[in-house]
Order: sequence, then structure tokens, then C-alpha cells
Amino acid sequence: MTAELRAEIEAHMALYPERRSAALPALQAAQRVHGWCSPEAIEEVADVMGVTPASLEAVATFYDMLETEPVGRHSVYVCTNISCSLCGADELYQAMRTAAEGDPDFNVRPFECLGACDIAPMASVDGVYVGPLSLGDVPALLDDVRTGRPVLPEKQLARRPCADLEDGS
Amino acid sequence: MSAKLLLRDIDEPGLNTLSVYERRGGYASLRKALQMAPEDVLAELEASGLRGRGGAGFAMGKKVSFLPKGSMDKYLVCNADESEPGTFKDRELMQKSPHMLLEGLVIASYAAGATRSFIYIRGEYVLQADMLDAALGEAREAGYVGEQILGSEHSLSLVVHRGAGAYICGEETGLLDSLEGKRGNPRLKPPFPANQGLYQGPTLINNVETLSTVPTIIRMGGAEYAKLGTETSTGTKLVSISGHVRRPGNYEIELGIPSREIVYGLAGGPPQGREVKCWFPGGSSSPVLTAEDLDVPYDFDSLAKAGTMLGSGAIIVIDDSTPIVELALKVAKFYRHESCGKCTPCREGTNWTVEMLERIDSGEATPMDLDIMTSVCEHIIGNCLCVLGDAMAMPIGSMIAKFRPEFEAHIEAARAHNDLVLARPAAVHEGALLAQGAV
Repeated sequence: MTAELRAEIEAHMALYPERRSAALPALQAAQRVHGWCSPEAIEEVADVMGVTPASLEAVATFYDMLETEPVGRHSVYVCTNISCSLCGADELYQAMRTAAEGDPDFNVRPFECLGACDIAPMASVDGVYVGPLSLGDVPALLDDVRTGRPVLPEKQLARRPCADLEDGS
Repeated sequence: MSAKLLLRDIDEPGLNTLSVYERRGGYASLRKALQMAPEDVLAELEASGLRGRGGAGFAMGKKVSFLPKGSMDKYLVCNADESEPGTFKDRELMQKSPHMLLEGLVIASYAAGATRSFIYIRGEYVLQADMLDAALGEAREAGYVGEQILGSEHSLSLVVHRGAGAYICGEETGLLDSLEGKRGNPRLKPPFPANQGLYQGPTLINNVETLSTVPTIIRMGGAEYAKLGTETSTGTKLVSISGHVRRPGNYEIELGIPSREIVYGLAGGPPQGREVKCWFPGGSSSPVLTAEDLDVPYDFDSLAKAGTMLGSGAIIVIDDSTPIVELALKVAKFYRHESCGKCTPCREGTNWTVEMLERIDSGEATPMDLDIMTSVCEHIIGNCLCVLGDAMAMPIGSMIAKFRPEFEAHIEAARAHNDLVLARPAAVHEGALLAQGAV
């Protein structure tokens, strides 16, 4: 295991009264290095944390963002919960899946409510929220990821003003 | 209607930074609170009548008062695992005004005598967690968080803890287990977290919006805050509105205004030519209401009286273009996916509800199945460690009760369609063969 990863996990452990609390941040850190929570990754984390690999595996299988199988390094979570699906998210997900098919770099997943129903239908692309998305946005979105550009800058949630503008500023 | 307390400066450029937040009067409430005795701060919170903004609507001041006195380690945990479908209010607060949450959290910790605190934020909120971490760094530097805050006797450690994607971690005891590094399975209650919570210690758990309201209460005074809203639902509330509306987003309303004003006045109602078919008043866990209920005042008690709940303040509007079975299936599938599997009624009940709804859609159900589904829902409610199962049973039950004719029509139509298909193959097959000149 790399010294950086070990140091990161130890730093997380130091934040909590009980080191076990660092399980999620530690697994997330290991996933960033290994690409997924592989048996080797889990063993490394267990070794640093002083817990059993089995206890960490139990944790890893519980959470949607921890991958327990190898996946593409770019995650595209398409929200397909109620509000997004009312606005066409199921078609969006299918289109995204089809467009990314065969590209091993992508991990396109349908996801439960991502908490951005105001930009429905939307997706979280490597953690960046974009929406509202149309089917026509799919090629540009994937292209931005492939070339390492910011994803659909105009549609990023970070730029969106609050809807409640009455009396605003 | 225009009482803007939480969203007053929300789009002020740089509000996420300490300098702008302070320029807008930030951290003055913390200074004021630290001059007061903790009991007096608690008294202000109680006088405000503030009810929890996460979903349960429990009086915040009372919750604080449940913590035992004494010098043991006490914890304050901010529930920022906003995952209730339709809800995105805490996201906007954390992203744009993180210091308001930090200030409220420090004040609440002072009132509760808590010295260690955590913000458990859902892992998907990457931007918001980064904003919080940056704000926390500034707040520490300025002496608002840490040892002997602003020269007082009060000290507080604070860690921003990122989840990893699990709806159940928004349930307070599931959250505690998750924060302890385990699977997020809810715990048996009692003991309640106020007595035995995080690391078995007394723990106060509050939602982001609840804590973000605390600085305002200290600034205005609890009694003054209580004048806003209704007698039992005081103050303002952020409402996240989405689905079939023209202007989805977060709006701050004074509790008690007619729901119609939110759905039509603020959010613009459904698109041209469409009508409201039904709406969730408080996230997907709340029983649905119909267009006839749009004049119900939007507050805790009025919505409870109407047979539903204010929940997290997330209104999802569904217009008349959506089949009710499709909606029910979406809802049920979500809870099936998120059920932690610990309690049988929830694990099996959510699964069988999905199976039966799929049967309705595929033409394999009879109207009697609606009674079985209702019975399944009734047997989930109140029979599990937490309310996740109830959160599916209540809306599904309400849909069947309010749209039964549509469910029955769907069953009949799907069956009739199947009959046609069953009757057809021979003819179609023959036709196809004929066309190919095989016979």
C-alpha cells in the first residue's frame, strides 16, 4: 500500500474517539486509489485500521457509492427517482447507458434521489451535479469527461441561483 | 409571506466565506449566546417553538432539554444526510451559507453542553461537503470552533463526516451506527439517542435547516420568532418543490400559508394544459393529497389533520399525465432498494409490494390484489425498528385509497391486453409464415 494512502487513513482515524468510525472515509480513500473496494484494498484498510477485513466488507456492501466489483473510473449517476423520472430521467438513463456502452472508462448507474430535483432530470458526473439534462446533452457530457474538460459548465448546479428570488439580495 | 430568514442573503456573492458572512451580521448570535447562560439559550430555543425540520417535526428545544446534565462527553450530530426524495433544501443552505449552519451548531452545542460534534453529510454532496470543510477551516482559524470559543469556557470539536450512499443513514440511529463505522442499521429504541447515542453517550441529533435557524432565533429572541407562522408551527420553512411545476426550487415560506400559494403562486403550477393529479406534501414518505386538498394550510398540524405530514418540506407535484400505478411502482421500488433488511415486515413488505405492483402492470393481477397490498401496508406500519417501511406503506396506502378506480381500470386494461396477446399469436404466427411464403 502507498504511504500516502496509509497516512490518509491514519489521519481519518485520528479524528474520531473510536478509530472504527473512519471506516467510510478510509474505504473511500482506498477506492480512489484502487478504483474499487477490491479484496486487496479492503485488506490494506483493515490492516491499517486494526479491524477484520470481513467487518469492512460488510460495510462496503451496504453503501451505494462503494463499489464491490471493478468499474469504470468515471462515475455517472443518473437520478431515476420520482421527480427526475417525472421529467424524463428513465429515457435519459437509457440514452446515457447506450452512449457509454463499450467504453470501459464509464460507470453509468441509475441512482436514487440525489437531492437535486430542482434541476431534474440530472446526473452526478464524478461528483459534479449537472442538469436539467436533455437527451441531446448526452454526447457532449460524455465527451467532456473523456477529454477532461469541466462537465457541461452551463448546467452545473454550482452556478444556479436560488429559485426564491422574491426579496432576494 | 416575505419573511426571509434563511434565504435572505443566500445568493450574496461570497456568502460561503467568513468575511462576507460576518459582514452580513454572521456570528453575532454566537457572541450573544456565549454571553448568556446555557439554560437561557435553551429557554430561547424552547420559546421559539422551533420544530425539527428534518421530517419528524419534534420540538427542538425539548429535544435539547432531554440530554442529561453532568460532565460526561456529550455529542451533537448534525443530520445532513438529506436523502428523502424531493428534498434539496439543506443542499442549498450548506453550499451557499455553510457558516450559518456552523454558527447554529456551535450555539446548540453550548445550550446542550456538547463538546464533540459531527456533521454527517451524504456522500453524494461533494460540493457541499467541500464548502463545509472550507468554512470549518475558516471558523476554526477565527476561534468560532475549537478550544475555549471566543474566550469562553465552551469548547467544541467538529468533524465533517461524509456518508457513502444509503437513504437509511438519514434515520437517526442508522446514522449513528454509520458514523461509528458500521452498516447503517437502525437501532431498537429506547434507549433514545439523548441517553445512549453515539459511542453510547448522550447525543443530540438535529437537521441542517433546524440548526441553521438557531442564529436567527438568538438574534430575534425566541418569543419574537414564535410570532411567525402559526401557534404550533412557528417560523419559516424551506420548501423544496419539484416534479410537474414550472419553477421548481427552494422557497422560504411562513408556515401556515395555503399550499396552493406554494404550488401555483411560487412554483407556477403544472405546465400549460395540465392539472394537478396528486402531490406529496413532505417527501415521498408522506401520504399523497389531491388537487382538492390544495387549500390545506402548509403547516405541521393542518397537514396531519389532512391525513398526511409536512415531513421534510418537500412538495412533489404529479400532473394528470402520469398513471398512478407508474408512480406507486417508482415509490415502492425506492423503498425496496433502501430497506436495510433488518426487520422482516419492511424487507418482505417492500419487496412484495413491488412484485404486486409489477403484476398489476403486467396484467397478472386481480382487483383483490389491491386488498392484499393494503393489508401488507397495514402490517408494516408500526411493526419495525424504524419508519422506513411505514414510509413506503403510507404513500402506497394513500394512493390505493384515493385512486382505487384507476388501479382497477389499470388491472382490467392490462388483463384485457394480455387476453388479446394470448389470443393473437397463432394468427400472427400464421400471418408471418404466409408472408414469407412458407405455407
